[in-house]
Amino acid sequence: MTETKTTEQWGSRIGLILAMAGNAVGLGNFLRFPEQAVENGGGAFIIPYIVCFLLMGIPLLWIEWSMGRYGGKYGHHSTPFILDTMAKKRLWKYFGVFGIFTNLAVAAYYCYIESWTISYVLHSILGTFNGMNQTQVAHFFDTYVNISKSTFGIPYEAVVFYVICLLINTWILSRGLDGVEKVAKIGMPLLIMFGLFLAVRGLTLGTSGATAAHPDASAWAGLNFLWTPQLNSLWNPKVWLAAAGQIFFTLSVGMGTVHCYAAYVKSNDDIALNAVSAGFMNEFVEIVLGSSIVIPIAAGYLGVNWLKAHVGFGLAFQTMPYLFEQWGPFLAAVAGVMWFGLLFFAGITSSLAMGTPWLGFMEDEFNWNRKRAAWSFGLIVLILGLPTVFFYNYGVFNQYDYWAGTVSLVVFALAESLLFSWVFGIENGWREINEGGDIKVAKPFKFIIKYITPLLLLFVFIGSFFKPRGNDWSLAFHNLFTGKGWILDDSSVVKQWFNAGLHKQIASATNIDVLHHLKLELTYVNGARALLSIVFIALCVMVYVAYRKRVKEGRVSL
Amino acid sequence: MNPVAAVLMIVVQVTVTAITGYFFWRVLKTPPKSESEKEE
Repeated sequence: MTETKTTEQWGSRIGLILAMAGNAVGLGNFLRFPEQAVENGGGAFIIPYIVCFLLMGIPLLWIEWSMGRYGGKYGHHSTPFILDTMAKKRLWKYFGVFGIFTNLAVAAYYCYIESWTISYVLHSILGTFNGMNQTQVAHFFDTYVNISKSTFGIPYEAVVFYVICLLINTWILSRGLDGVEKVAKIGMPLLIMFGLFLAVRGLTLGTSGATAAHPDASAWAGLNFLWTPQLNSLWNPKVWLAAAGQIFFTLSVGMGTVHCYAAYVKSNDDIALNAVSAGFMNEFVEIVLGSSIVIPIAAGYLGVNWLKAHVGFGLAFQTMPYLFEQWGPFLAAVAGVMWFGLLFFAGITSSLAMGTPWLGFMEDEFNWNRKRAAWSFGLIVLILGLPTVFFYNYGVFNQYDYWAGTVSLVVFALAESLLFSWVFGIENGWREINEGGDIKVAKPFKFIIKYITPLLLLFVFIGSFFKPRGNDWSLAFHNLFTGKGWILDDSSVVKQWFNAGLHKQIASATNIDVLHHLKLELTYVNGARALLSIVFIALCVMVYVAYRKRVKEGRVSL
Repeated sequence: MNPVAAVLMIVVQVTVTAITGYFFWRVLKTPPKSESEKEE
């Protein structure tokens, strides 16, 4: 542990908190949370969700904030050498590679979704969706992601918008933390304002959207569906796993972005209050706004039964523009701009956070300047992201999301919580959390951080690796204890590794075109994995080279 | 809405909003640390 370089710092505390909250607030707050809630016991889901927020979410935020600030004291702004500073074993820095890898890979497909929102804002203003029925709006999306066709008349329109989106991100990143802070200060208040407008509309829609085609449509029924507690679901491990998973993804923990942002906090500034404030801001957006837009508006026009069958990610782009059309051309344009604008701000505040670990790493280890590092980030993300754009319909996007955006997060979060509590030591960790604190963290959290949080993460880790068939844990345990073994679900990590679901589909396909598509998909899926593996290995090599450079320069932590 | 769902929704949303507001207010209210405090 030697020198501390003079580096950038946050301009203001509000800017830091808004940037951290913006990092956490993402598309999942508006799309994933309502889906998870309705699929896991409605109102009862909120109980395990809040328990997991308190026992896993908040402790992980404290862990990551304090790890980041601790690393920042020694001039480290990315996870490989932040982790290296906290342990004697040199292996930890390679776990830290996840904190760069995940961000590069997730940014690659995340910026693609972000680019859809830019395009949809323009289409909303231009009135593209005017007069379209629900099927036509859904078809519009399919046409958009099928890049050979164009909705604007621009050739390869989806690619053009993707490149524009990446350029915006790269340009802002090249302006340094100041650029990120400015976007957060503008984007977060606008996001909340747009969200409040749409939430008020959702909560007051009532039964006014019922039509002859959907006579039972009612926003109240949608809210009943979301909030009525089905208490028996509380005994189902599936619900707890879903709640833990949602907390995990909504707070953007296990990615390395929180560490990176916190590494730019001054060495004795508060992190205890900052972390809970940013965490609760995310919860406000998720629980208050996220639950009051998609579900009531969709149920208000199409009915609960339709919603149950279609709840999911597709609602945002394939259904919402049609629902806004029911408000007349002017309000439809306003609502479209607000909805897709809200998603854009949710997206860009997160994608900017994904850029900073790579920038920090290249600046710290290879003395690159901010601009060079930012443009290299843009280039890498472009190369990694183009396959998700061109082969969206061949599962590449989902592979990135699964391996980088899901599995890697769990692995890294479990590793960092064990490092923090058991290697760095809970006494050191506790001191680090409370140093300079503007609030005193309650003592029971010391026990929670040491035992409960790692156990919950282990629960999520094991649950995702060995997810039983149909996600039916009661039946799985019954089968196990009656000697029938443990039958894995095709979506478990183990089965995913072997592409079990895809192989089954290929084996049962009878249509020659479908078979051809599936075989092509298998090739692209394996290609996507190979590309991700190359990136991970290349990053490990870079970390090794950086380490050797540090040894040579006498900058190695003891 | 049925009463149980309505009560749960209101209680949860009001509580989350209040806690978010409280912590954000604490952030706004806490004066920045002076340089001398940081040296300690």
